[in-house]
Amino acid sequence: MDRTIRVLVGKPGLDGHDRGAKVIARSFRDAGMEVIYSGLHRTPEELARMAVEEDVDVVACSILSGAHNTLLPRVVECLKKEKGTEELDVLVLAGGIIPAEDVEFLKANGVDEVFGPGTNTQDIVEYTKTNLKR
Amino acid sequence: MFSGYPGGMVLYLHNQIIQGLCERKRAGLARAVTLVENGSEHARHILEEAYRLRGHSKVIGITGSPGVGKSTLVDSLIGAIRERGDSVGVIAVDPSSPFTGGAILGDRVRVRSRTTDNEVFFRSLASRGYLGGLSRHTGDIITLFDAFGFDYVLVETVGTGQSEVDIMRYAHSVLVVMAPGLGDDIQAIKAGILEIGDVFCVNKADHPDADRAVAVLEAMLGLNRQWQWKPPVVKTVASQGKGVVELLGKIDEHLEFLKQNGLLEERVSRSYIAALEDNIRRDTVDRILTEARLDGTLDLVLTQLSQGKTYPAAVAKQLIGKYLCAEESDNQ
Repeated sequence: MDRTIRVLVGKPGLDGHDRGAKVIARSFRDAGMEVIYSGLHRTPEELARMAVEEDVDVVACSILSGAHNTLLPRVVECLKKEKGTEELDVLVLAGGIIPAEDVEFLKANGVDEVFGPGTNTQDIVEYTKTNLKR
Repeated sequence: MFSGYPGGMVLYLHNQIIQGLCERKRAGLARAVTLVENGSEHARHILEEAYRLRGHSKVIGITGSPGVGKSTLVDSLIGAIRERGDSVGVIAVDPSSPFTGGAILGDRVRVRSRTTDNEVFFRSLASRGYLGGLSRHTGDIITLFDAFGFDYVLVETVGTGQSEVDIMRYAHSVLVVMAPGLGDDIQAIKAGILEIGDVFCVNKADHPDADRAVAVLEAMLGLNRQWQWKPPVVKTVASQGKGVVELLGKIDEHLEFLKQNGLLEERVSRSYIAALEDNIRRDTVDRILTEARLDGTLDLVLTQLSQGKTYPAAVAKQLIGKYLCAEESDNQ
């Protein structure tokens, strides 16, 4: 079966900066993936609903507001609720301004990997391709 | 209901998805679309069920050039449909890269309201190399949405140029969206996209040139005296929701006209022909090229072509004769 990887690039919360989100969306596109961009200022509930309807393999959230410890676990929670399962078949990634000391907390709360500023986009693409959950 | 299918895990998968369709579970519909879009083996049984369940939805096509406001209009149409209490599924197509196959599907950026409304379902599709303004499997995916039981299915095409008219093969009613300042009266009398509209909409009607755009369209439509249905032209400002209720009213009028005159069945059978055509073309092209590649014939004819010993139409005939007429006893 010819399978194309589908990615939701999401912007949860109130920060209005999406240059990073667009750069990463473009990198996924150039790697042959289909990228749905959520647009700015989305709630975790909205992002989870989009992820289900678009049947994506990856939810990649970009967040620069500092509210990641609140919003990202909530995205994971909403995803589980929407999908009706504790075992998500979606890879959850985070990027943006996230201090190193918060990474452990996020990973304990369902985020699979965190990519900070300066990460090579190719590394993100490779990670994504090799860690898909379905 | 599922007893006729082969057993095991595959059966379980089908049942989950088909049951999801029947019980209106959105994850079931979402996964069914994925399988159909990927041309999966599992899709066959799901489609069988979907084609049995179809027949409720009003299918509205929305097309027009890039930037005229199709997605924003979809957003306000969703609002107008929900205001009346009807449910709506949206299929939005954006182009795939011809080089990598990747795509940026950006319609959700404009469609901002009612994301978590349970009576709204939105799916973005990439065109995946299909050139008519839709994606290769759009017809089947419309049927999945119909089987799910939406009152309306809105299908937004890629931003179209002049000749991407495939939407008319699948929609019951086609809305062509225009914007002021995008061409003069010679554009309006050209063949193609302006011929397929059942309802026209001049969006961004707060622009000073809007009335002129309406006049040019009306003049073009006035040249045809043979209308059974003369397409109305509606002015909208989608970003403010202006004119959208009226627009939806005109679309409904058109659907009612089709029904009253027995033309709806004609459109539905047109969509079956389109689906057949798509499937036959896809399967035969795939089969011929795959077999010709495997047995080395393709390399051979490519060499002959580059040496000028033959020409493409002749080779095509030869390949069709060789691979299609040989054995027709395949499994299906």
